This record gives sequence, structure tokens and C-alpha cells, in this order.
Amino acid sequence: MSGEPEPLLDLRDVTVRFGGLKAVSEFNFRIQHNELVGLIGPNGAGKTTIFNLITGVYRPTSGAILFEGRPVAGKKPYLITKRGIARTFQNIRLFASMSVFDNVRAAFNMQLRHGIHHALWRGRGLAAEEARIQQEAHELLKIFRLDKHAEAACTSLSYGDQRRLEIVRALATRPKLILLDEPAAGMNPTEKTELMELIRFVQEKFSIAVLLVEHDMRVVMGICQRIAVVDYGIKIAEGCASEIQCDPAVIRAYLGVAA
Amino acid sequence: MLERNKIILLASLVVIFAASRFSSRIDPYYYQIILFAGINVILATSLNLVNGYTGQFSLGHAGFMSVGAYTAGMFTTYASGAWLGALKPLGAFASNSLFFAIALCLGGLAAGLTGLVVGIPSLRLKGDYLAIVTLGFGEIIKVVIENVDTLGGSRGLSVPLGYTNLFWVYAMAAVTIYVIVSLVNSTYGRGFLTVRDDEIAAEAMGINTTKYKVLAFTVAAFFAGIAGGLYAHLTQFINPEGFNFLKSVDIVTMVILGGMGSTGGVVFAAIVLTILPEWLRWLSERPFLPHWLAGLLENRMIPYSLLLILLMLLRPQGLFGGIHFKRKHA
Repeated sequence: MSGEPEPLLDLRDVTVRFGGLKAVSEFNFRIQHNELVGLIGPNGAGKTTIFNLITGVYRPTSGAILFEGRPVAGKKPYLITKRGIARTFQNIRLFASMSVFDNVRAAFNMQLRHGIHHALWRGRGLAAEEARIQQEAHELLKIFRLDKHAEAACTSLSYGDQRRLEIVRALATRPKLILLDEPAAGMNPTEKTELMELIRFVQEKFSIAVLLVEHDMRVVMGICQRIAVVDYGIKIAEGCASEIQCDPAVIRAYLGVAA
Repeated sequence: MLERNKIILLASLVVIFAASRFSSRIDPYYYQIILFAGINVILATSLNLVNGYTGQFSLGHAGFMSVGAYTAGMFTTYASGAWLGALKPLGAFASNSLFFAIALCLGGLAAGLTGLVVGIPSLRLKGDYLAIVTLGFGEIIKVVIENVDTLGGSRGLSVPLGYTNLFWVYAMAAVTIYVIVSLVNSTYGRGFLTVRDDEIAAEAMGINTTKYKVLAFTVAAFFAGIAGGLYAHLTQFINPEGFNFLKSVDIVTMVILGGMGSTGGVVFAAIVLTILPEWLRWLSERPFLPHWLAGLLENRMIPYSLLLILLMLLRPQGLFGGIHFKRKHA
């Protein structure tokens, strides 16, 4: 362990209880810089809870979460995003009243140097900054081939495009780690293949780490460098795709024990 | 180099100033309605920042208005001797204008501060709960004023200086609209909309949603206070009953009718809803109307309510809600 570089994200003995229920139990997990990691497990295993712990929606009952060596556990979600953790949602959460373009622009909010007085005075500094944001938002949309829909209402996009827009919006916060919560949910096989390419592309192009929660085994096994399996809030296995596939504990969790 | 919004603001201030030179030619009855319409524009556009753009439901706008009205009214009544004396070297017009501007600012600041104090704890609540808390706040303010003798108690307070005129009302309305529009049309201000659309997603995008909610509440309260100050120096008599729950509902109605989150629509609705009751009064006095219809119209609240019910059935998003005026992007 001593030879390893400092991890980007480090979960140490993280436990969270909801009343009598231990949703996540002494969970240890690390993500390195620019790594693509999968988190799988049967329904109700605690995958989304782990996401919510990392992003500050829940506060762990015990244990520590370190991002770049500094604790983030229990910090407000917006502060954690400012540190460099962005996420997408299992059920799409775009800003429904806004255009595709404005959804991306809104995500630049936290990088603003100008404040309320600039917004009111509307001087040259504001104009320059708004122009820069417009350009960057446009470039991001272009990379994901969403630029032709820039002025459309985001709700008018296809399901797959809405998921991609969520990823674009998360990338606009310039994260070092992006958490994708079931990005393949509701996609057809072609869209899933495209998604796999997209995720790998994001990881390489922006050189960021990706943590992927996904039910679709083809997607997870196909792209993740390392996979962690949780069941009942406990990590039962961790390793590369081939290791996970023949791990008896994983097989038991998914298929049960032979009678 | 001036930015477009600023040019529009300056131009409208000049037009308002020029128009106010002719205000003495307007029939006093119409003049009064015009001024009330302007005050309602300030109230409705500012409330729209909270209820429309930020998606919170406040029912306490009349409460903030009363804080501004009483603060400004007390200031001009009790500080006129000292302040007007000190400002005298500037000449009568300038000294009175400056004195009134200070009074309005004080009214706005007092209301804004109240908004901040009320907003910080209560904005943890959502939807109906927030509505109830703000409603309670409005009632508390009313009861407090009713029981403070220096403020006139339930007898009311007379404000001898009738400073409010066409210029002040519409200049303030123009400033309010400028502030709200400028705020919302910036990346900074898009934060308000993200809070309305999806608070969880907004937080995940690094947006401090609490800050935006409190800010919206404070800015709206500030302008409600300004409107209160204008109202006090227009009617020259204020009493707590004038700022009751029904007044808050009136303002909310303007916002909903105009279309939540559409400044243009809300301005329009504020003007229409100020004129409508007066127009119905005029209509009910027409001799050619059958007796029963005149009676119905005379009871102005009946057609007024019917109209609102109809509108909510036919166009629940408000008159101008959901209409986006597109702007080109480079």
C-alpha cells in the first residue's frame, strides 16, 4: 500500500445508519486520479447511498471521506461540488424550464468571479465573463454533439440526449471526479454502446476519474478498470472484471446459494 | 460604453421625468389610479423574484410593505424639521427630493433587513409550509403595529408630507424592473432559476441554494419596503388593516395572473388588476345595463373573482407564463 500514490477519493470505514438500519457498513474504498471505477450490487445494496455520502446529501454516522486528502464528509453538497466532485442523477434532474444551453451555463455559476453588484451594474467585466462562459458552454455542447439543440428546451431532447446533457452539465463544473448514477438506465443496446464510448471518452479527454453505478453488467464489465461489489451495505468483492465475474461471494449475492 | 439594460433604464427615467411635468393636467381620480398601478407594479415584480423566479411561495409581501411604509412615514414625519433644515442650502426642490429619497431608502432597508431576518430561518421550509410561515409573519407585523402607540396603533398613522408623485412612483418601478431583469439575465442570476427548477441538482452544480433563496427574499422585501414608502406618502394615512393578508393575496394574484417568472406579464397584470375594479365600478353605473347586471357589477369582487377562476381554468400558467422571449447567442 505504501507504494501507492495518494488516492483522489478515500472512503475509510464509512458507516451510515438510518434508525436501526445500517445502510452502509464500514465501507472502505479508494479511487485514484483518472481511474474508471464501477460500483455494482443488487437492488437496495446501498450504491446510491454511497453516492449520497460522497456528495454530501447524507452525513456518515462514522468513518471518514477524504477527497485529495481533505475531509469532505458532511459538508454541504455545493461545497463538495466546488472541491471537484460532480454527479449525474439516476432519475434525470435537468433544469426543466431552461434551454439546453442555459442548463450548461447555469453550471458555470460557481466559477463566477462577478457577484450581485456586477450583475446589476452590468459593466464590461460582466460582459467579458458572460462571453467567456457562453463560449465554453458552447464548446462543451459541441464536443457532445448537442450544439445543434442548444436553443431547444431541454425537456424536448431524447432520453439518451438528456442523459448526455446531464453529463455535459456536470463537466461544466470542471470536476476531478464525476459520479454517474445509472447512466444506462432506460437505454437501448445501441445507446448503451454509445454511452460506453462516451464515458471512456470523458475519462480520457478531461482526464478525470469516473465512478459508475450501473445495473447493466455489459456496460460495467466493458469499461471499468476496477469494480467494487456491495451487498447489504457491505463491500463483498473488489477487483477487475474477470475477478469479479468468478468471485463466489458475488455470484451468491446475485444468484443466491444452490439448494 | 453602456450596456443595453442601462440605456433602457436611463431613457425610461428621462421619459418618466418629462411625463411627470404634465401630471397636474391629469384628472385627480385617474392620477390616483395611475400611481396605485405603479406601486402595484413594484410590489408584483419584486414578489415575482421570490414566487416566480426562485419558486418559493411567500404570502407576506404586505408585511414587508408595511415595514417600509411605517419606517419611511415615521422618518418624514419626525425628522423633517432637522433634515429639511440641514438640506435647505440645496434649494426647496432638491432638498425635498433628497429627503424623500432617503426616506424611501430607509423604508426599503428596514424591510430588506426584516426580509433577511425572516428569510434565514423560514427558507428551510418549502411550499405550503413556507407560505404559512410568511403569512404568520405578515400577521405578526400587523399585530405589532396595532399595539405600538407611537405608530398610531390600530388608529393608523397620518403622514403629512405627500411627496409621492408620478416621477417617484414610476422611477422606482423602472429601477425595480431593471434590478430584477438584470439579476435574472446573468449567469449569477440564473442561480435563482436553478433553485426553482431543481434544488438538489442546483446544489450538485455547486450552487448555494440557501444563499439564493435568502437573497431573493431580501431583495423582494427591499422593494416592497420602497413601495410601502411610496404608498404612505401617497395616501398620507396608513393603518395596519391596509397591509393585511388580503393585500398579500392581491399581490400574489398579480404574479400568478401575469405568469410566474415573466416580468413583462407581471407588470401587465399589476396594471390591469389595479384598473379592473375601477373599470367595473364605472361599468356598473352605466344606465343602459339591466338592473340585475348592474347590481352584479356593482359588487365588483364577483366578476373579478369569476375572471380569475376562468383564467386559471383556461391558462393556469398565467397570461404570459411559459413564453420565452428568445435572445440570440453568439
